[in-house]
This record gives sequence, structure tokens and C-alpha cells, in this order.
Amino acid sequence: MTDRRIRIIEEGFARVLMFLSTSTIVLVLLLIVISILVRGLPAISWEMLSQTPRGGFYFGKEGGILNAIVGSAYLAGGSTLLALVVSLPVALYMNVHLVKRVKLVNTIRFLLDLLWGIPSIVYGAFGFAVMVFLGLRTSLLAGIITVTFFIIPIMIRAMDELFKTVPRGLLEASFSLGATRSETAYRIFLRQGLSGVVTAILLAFGRAIGDAASVLFTTGYTDHIPSSLGQPTATLPLAIFFQLSSPIQEVQQRAYASAFILTCIILIISVLARIFERRYHKNRIRF
Amino acid sequence: MGVFYLKRHLRSKIHHGWMLVCLVLVLLMPLIIGFGLTFKSGMLFQERSLGELLFTTDWRPVAGKFGLLPFILSSLWVTILAILIAAPICLLTAIHLTQYAKKWVLKLMHPVIDILAGIPSVIFGVWGILIIVPLVSRYIAPVFDKHVTGFSILSGAIVLAVMIIPFILNILIEVFRALPDELTEASLSLGASKWQTIKYVLVKRAFPAIVSAFGLGLSRAFGETIAILMVVGNVPRMPTGVFQPGYPLPALIANNYGEMMSVPLYDAVLMFAALVLFIIVTLFNLTSRMAIIRLERNQ
Repeated sequence: MTDRRIRIIEEGFARVLMFLSTSTIVLVLLLIVISILVRGLPAISWEMLSQTPRGGFYFGKEGGILNAIVGSAYLAGGSTLLALVVSLPVALYMNVHLVKRVKLVNTIRFLLDLLWGIPSIVYGAFGFAVMVFLGLRTSLLAGIITVTFFIIPIMIRAMDELFKTVPRGLLEASFSLGATRSETAYRIFLRQGLSGVVTAILLAFGRAIGDAASVLFTTGYTDHIPSSLGQPTATLPLAIFFQLSSPIQEVQQRAYASAFILTCIILIISVLARIFERRYHKNRIRF
Repeated sequence: MGVFYLKRHLRSKIHHGWMLVCLVLVLLMPLIIGFGLTFKSGMLFQERSLGELLFTTDWRPVAGKFGLLPFILSSLWVTILAILIAAPICLLTAIHLTQYAKKWVLKLMHPVIDILAGIPSVIFGVWGILIIVPLVSRYIAPVFDKHVTGFSILSGAIVLAVMIIPFILNILIEVFRALPDELTEASLSLGASKWQTIKYVLVKRAFPAIVSAFGLGLSRAFGETIAILMVVGNVPRMPTGVFQPGYPLPALIANNYGEMMSVPLYDAVLMFAALVLFIIVTLFNLTSRMAIIRLERNQ
């Protein structure tokens, strides 16, 4: 009888622990969002969003972080676009052209997962090494290329997860009607997997805009909005990082405000991804 | 008919070619990165041995002394501590979500995990400075009778733990979902309680996969840069305790990009550090993923 009681107590204890750890995760997320909100919101102003740094900005004088916001948008937009041009064909190729070679596709997936695991600082260092080799300076273009390499595996795997679920029958039906493989890929699979493609694009955009380690060496930092691909560019994560390491109170306040802006962008992307996922899920053909 | 047919097949050929080019490019990426970094760090080995770089503690770049051991050890301390914090939380939550939780809890947790996974590294760093560093210096360290700034290995580990929790948790949830229902049914029908079933059947069966999930989390934590750089203190010294500041490898690379061109061989050392990071992380990933695949094949 006592044995049984110990068992019941043990299960109860374990359930309490499980409940606690689950709520810890929720609480931590709330704590992160709230602390950024509380410190960032009072420091934010229209001036911060609409102006580039003026003279004495880094001593707490006038100006804003428009350079970093626009720079980040250029960088993330450019690299997402470039990554899409490479990732979509690969994801389609794996699921349409190589549909019969399961082993090969699984090996490719495995390699992509390994690539996904490489830290962004390694991409950054590698990008820097290539830049030095080619005699280039820090620029928007170098940053875009480095970040593109960094997000390609993420994008392909995210698309692949959805293309994988497209029914085989659809592929066979398309072939039997005389469509070529690439027609099947771009007309049938792309349409069926559109929600996955959009989610993958948003996911990759989020990664690209939030990553600091890969752009640290390659894009540099500047107070101006870049007017060409060859110029150095400011990015939001680095703006936060640099401003926070300043000893001056006002500049630190701006770091919190910048962090608030970046968090908002990420949250908006996350909500958008959910909406798209739901909307396009309805129109899919199932077997 | 002829022209139309040709045009379609030409287009198909072009698409096919581009797809193949992209695929080969992507698959060659790890090789190119590995070779590039090896090439750049190659000139280090003209007068130094591998052992001297990896296993000595003297770090004075201006004097040409490049002992990476303090940084490698800092990385190990921070990541292992982070895994120790994250592992029980992830395992308990995964069991809770897959075995006990009601549907609405799952529906709530999915976006929570997704959002946590999507928050940029630098935001975790800001949060670490705002909350974790003061927490460590004001509340946790005094318990052990230490008076420190809070910029320490422990702060880094806590921030890192939070960052890898969504990553590990997602894998663990998949692992528990993939277990066959028959296992649970057989165990329950033999009179075992639910908790006994979980403890002696499910967790035991999934054990290799659980360890692999932690391995993947470890490799993710090992390469994390900006967040940890902001809270860990960055003092190039052998770590002696969790309340001491540390200086992990990624932080070393990120912190010195500005001055590395002015000191001879400094850039080669940093590229070598990136190479070490690349090799360690890839090895961890490789073994963990292999273990998961082998397990799936057996099921």
C-alpha cells in the first residue's frame, strides 16, 4: 500500500514540475517582450524613426536610426530575394525531379540540416575572408551575399517540408497529361505549396533582419542611408549593439527603443506567417 | 506543334539546368567554407603547431602569443551549463505537452515556441542585460556569498538556455509524437500507471533521440554570438567559476574584427577560431542527426 502511495506522490510531483516548466517558458517569453516594451516605449519618438543620426548623435544629441531601419530592410529584402532565386528551384528539384530517388533526397536533406547548423558568425568570418581575397570593402552587397548563404538552408528546408506533403497522385496526374517536369514543378507544386513558400520567405526574412554576427564583418556601419550596393550599411541589430555599449544614458535609451522596433518587426512577421499559413491551407487539393 | 513543343522543352531544359546548378552550389557550400577558412588560417602553421594554438593559455596578440584554450574552455563552460539548465525544462515540457496537456494548451504553446525561436539574438542580449545580469549580481551571487558585476558565465548560460529551449523543445515534441501508440497501450493494459508508462517505457525508448536533441541544442548554443557577447563579460582568462566572466570563441571573433588587420597574424587566428567553431559544431550536428536517423529507421 505504501508503495502505491509513493507512486502517486511521485506522479503528482512530476506533474507539478511539468506544469511549472511549461509555464516558465510562457513567462520567460512574456518577460522578454514586456521588459523590451517597458524600456523601449518611453524612449521612442517620431524623430527616432524618421531621421538619420545628426552631429553628436552618439553623445545623446539629435537624430534617429532611420539609417539602420532602411539598411536592415535593404539587406534583408535583398538577401531574401536572392535566396529565393536559389532555394525555390532546389526545393522543387528535390521533390519533383528526384521524387524516385528517396535515398539521394534524404542525403540532401541531411546536408542541408548540417548547413543550417553552421553558426552565423562562421558565415560572417567566411564572407570577410572572401572579401579580403577579392579586395572588396565592407558594403551592402557583401552583406547581402553573406546573409543569402546563411538563410538558403533555412529557406529550402522550410519549403521542402511543405512540398513533401503534396500528394504523389498529383504529380502522376500532371505527368500523364504530358506536362514536363519543370512545368509540373512550377505550375502544380508551387501552387500547392504556396503557403509553405510564403512562410519560408517570411521565416528567412526574419532571420536575415535579426542576425548580427554575419553582418558585423561584411556590411560595416554608417550614419547614411546607402545609395548604392557598394556602400557600407547600418543594420538594426548592430545599431542596438553599438548604442547599448555606449556609457551615455541617452544613447542607451535609444538602444532600448531600437530593440523595441526590431521586436515589433519580428512579431509582425510572425503574425503574418500564421495568417498566410491558414489562408492558403484551405485551397489545397488533398487525396 | 513543332515550335511549341521545342519551346516548352527548351524551357524545361533551362529550368532543369538552373535547378541543378543551384543544388550543386548549395551542397558544395560547407566544403567551400571549410576550405576557405583553412586556407586563410594556413599561414599560422608556419611557426606554430596545432597543439600550441589549441592547448596553451597565453593570449597576447601583440606579442604573437595566440593560446586559444581560455576561449575554448569558456565556450564549453557556457554551453554545458546552458544545456544543464535547458534540458530538464525541455524534457518536462515536452512530456507535459504530448502526454497530459489539453488541446488549448498546445494551441497556446505553438505560437509561444515559434515566437521565442524567432526573436533575434541581439534582443536576447538586451533582455539579458536588463534582467539576467542584475538578477545574477543582486540575488543569485549573494546566496553563494559572492559580490560580482553579474556579467558572468552564469548569465551567459541562462540567456543561452532560453535561446535554445524552443529549438530543443520542437525536436523533443516530434520525438514523443513519433513513438508508436501501441507502446503506451501495451504498458497501460499491463497495469502500469500513466507516469510509470512514461518513465519506464516512453522515455526509455526515446532515450537516444532525447540525448541527440540535447546534442543539437548544444551545437546551436556553441555558435551563438551576439547575445552571449553582451552578457558574458569578455575577459580572456581561464574560467574558474560560474560567477567569473568568460570569453567564448564566437565572442572573440566578433569582438576583434576591428583591430585584426593591424596586428600580424591576428586575422589568421580569428579565421582559425572560426574554423574550430565550424568543425566542432558540424561534428556535434553530424553525430546527433545520425543517431536520430538510426533511431527512426529502427522504429
